Amino acid sequence: MAVRRRVRTAFTTVTALVIVGVLLFPLYWMVNASLQPATGLLETPPRWFPAGGTLDGYRQALASQGRPLLNSIVIAAGTVALTLALSVPAAYALSRFRMRGTGVLLFALLLVQMVPGIVMANSLYAVMNRTGLLSTYPALILADSTVAVPFAVLILRAFMVTIPAELGEAAMVDGAGHGRVLWSVVLPVSRNAMITAALFAFLFSWADFLFAVTLNSDEAVMPVTVGIYRFIGAHTADWNAVMATGVIASIPAAVLLVVAQRYVAAGVTGGALKD
Amino acid sequence: MAARIGFLAPIVVYLAAFFGYPLVANITMAMREYTAASFYTGEAPFVGLANYAAVLSDPVFGTAMANTAVFTAASLAFQFGIGLALAVFFQRHFPLNGVLRSLLLIPWLLPLVVSGTVWRWIFDQEYGVLNQTLLGLGVIDSAVPWLSSTAMALPSVTVANIWVGIPFNMVILYGGLQSIPAHLYEAAALDGAGPWQRFRHVTWPLLRPVSAVVLMLGLVYTLKVFDVIMVLTQGGPANATQTLTTWSYSLSFGELDFGLGAAVGNLLIIIALVFALFYLRGLRTFGASPARKGR
Repeated sequence: MAVRRRVRTAFTTVTALVIVGVLLFPLYWMVNASLQPATGLLETPPRWFPAGGTLDGYRQALASQGRPLLNSIVIAAGTVALTLALSVPAAYALSRFRMRGTGVLLFALLLVQMVPGIVMANSLYAVMNRTGLLSTYPALILADSTVAVPFAVLILRAFMVTIPAELGEAAMVDGAGHGRVLWSVVLPVSRNAMITAALFAFLFSWADFLFAVTLNSDEAVMPVTVGIYRFIGAHTADWNAVMATGVIASIPAAVLLVVAQRYVAAGVTGGALKD
Repeated sequence: MAARIGFLAPIVVYLAAFFGYPLVANITMAMREYTAASFYTGEAPFVGLANYAAVLSDPVFGTAMANTAVFTAASLAFQFGIGLALAVFFQRHFPLNGVLRSLLLIPWLLPLVVSGTVWRWIFDQEYGVLNQTLLGLGVIDSAVPWLSSTAMALPSVTVANIWVGIPFNMVILYGGLQSIPAHLYEAAALDGAGPWQRFRHVTWPLLRPVSAVVLMLGLVYTLKVFDVIMVLTQGGPANATQTLTTWSYSLSFGELDFGLGAAVGNLLIIIALVFALFYLRGLRTFGASPARKGR
């Protein structure tokens, strides 16, 4: 009986490995291609393994995409800062104050996440043009924040409502204001929720393509998503370098999964749905 | 009171400036002849509903609507179906379960441009692994132009998009499955219900609220898909993969007619809104509205 059960679970694990292998094959294929010499990619049958691989693709990727990668970091970091600055006080207020209109505000935060990005790009282009911000970091940071802020407020609030009110009230009896309560009582216990919000803000911004391709025409500001897009257009033969850029651009997602795995699952459903 | 306003004022101003204003601007833009020149001269003559009339009578409109419908329906059906199958599968207890489940999340976390690029390489007519494998196995006689034929482009783009969406469906449905009390399954098993009957009479009805939410969110997200299509086909060939989103983009930022682009964008909003209302009504029906949730 015990043996049969063990065989069964082993079989299940193997099945699971096969499923994951099939679903993640495209990622393997990206890594494989990134390590091949450019000519190795133009062979039939394809080279299934990067044996005798080369880092040529990565050298070429860094040479042409170094600046876009840096731009992506700047824009994503800016988005994280702006998102936290806006959403932390808002989430605190929405979790603590009983006021008319908070329901409407929460509803609005939920609804605006459904506005198609192209609509935002269309009118933000006019706004950025009028304010002279087109093709600058602030334009992309502000635009990217529109994806992150509603999400961050909802996720932070969802956590903050679970903090017992007594925790803050005790401090208020001692004469602390709301700012003080937020800073010294609520924020320290909300660390995990803050990390989740920040990670996702980073990832949203890092992955943004639509705003980057519409609100920016300056190569000096161009993030890596647009870099890859232009790269494919210009060098369809250099698939190893294109794929190497793809691998590099995937690093934040990989890091996020490794260091913050347990927050990711919370983020997938966060904001829109809670169990 | 003043302190309270201080906490909420920034977000309210932000929402007004970065959502309220753009939404209103898009409505007024759609009623003007808003071209590249308008940005410099500041002149955009009022044209009433002429942009909408132009868009609706454009032959591309029908194509884009049909493509959007097919792309969305097929994406949702397969993402949900595969996601549910995976969620049910991962209910079992076996070694590596947690690790493998989180690995499956990767496609969801990658920048869509990267995912699109990988699929473009897989679909490459000459050197792509798909054609090479199918040719090698003798399944096809000649290389299939996955992305450059009008017949195959939309299915190919949809496949890539399904791949992107599976993890999201799996994770939420898995969470939904986990919340179904185990004793219900035990009771059903005692009553002699087999695996299929347990799924049909326990899992499926109890998962319905979560399923509804996943499908509605998926729908609203799929309507917005831009990156994957742009990287793979840019809406081509001959509009074969043009959706309302990519069409709006090409009108505004390709043809530099922002009035027309805005009109298409507004149609997209209306469609998304109709479904969003269904979604919110669904939430309310199932009593899970985050907006009213005050644990």
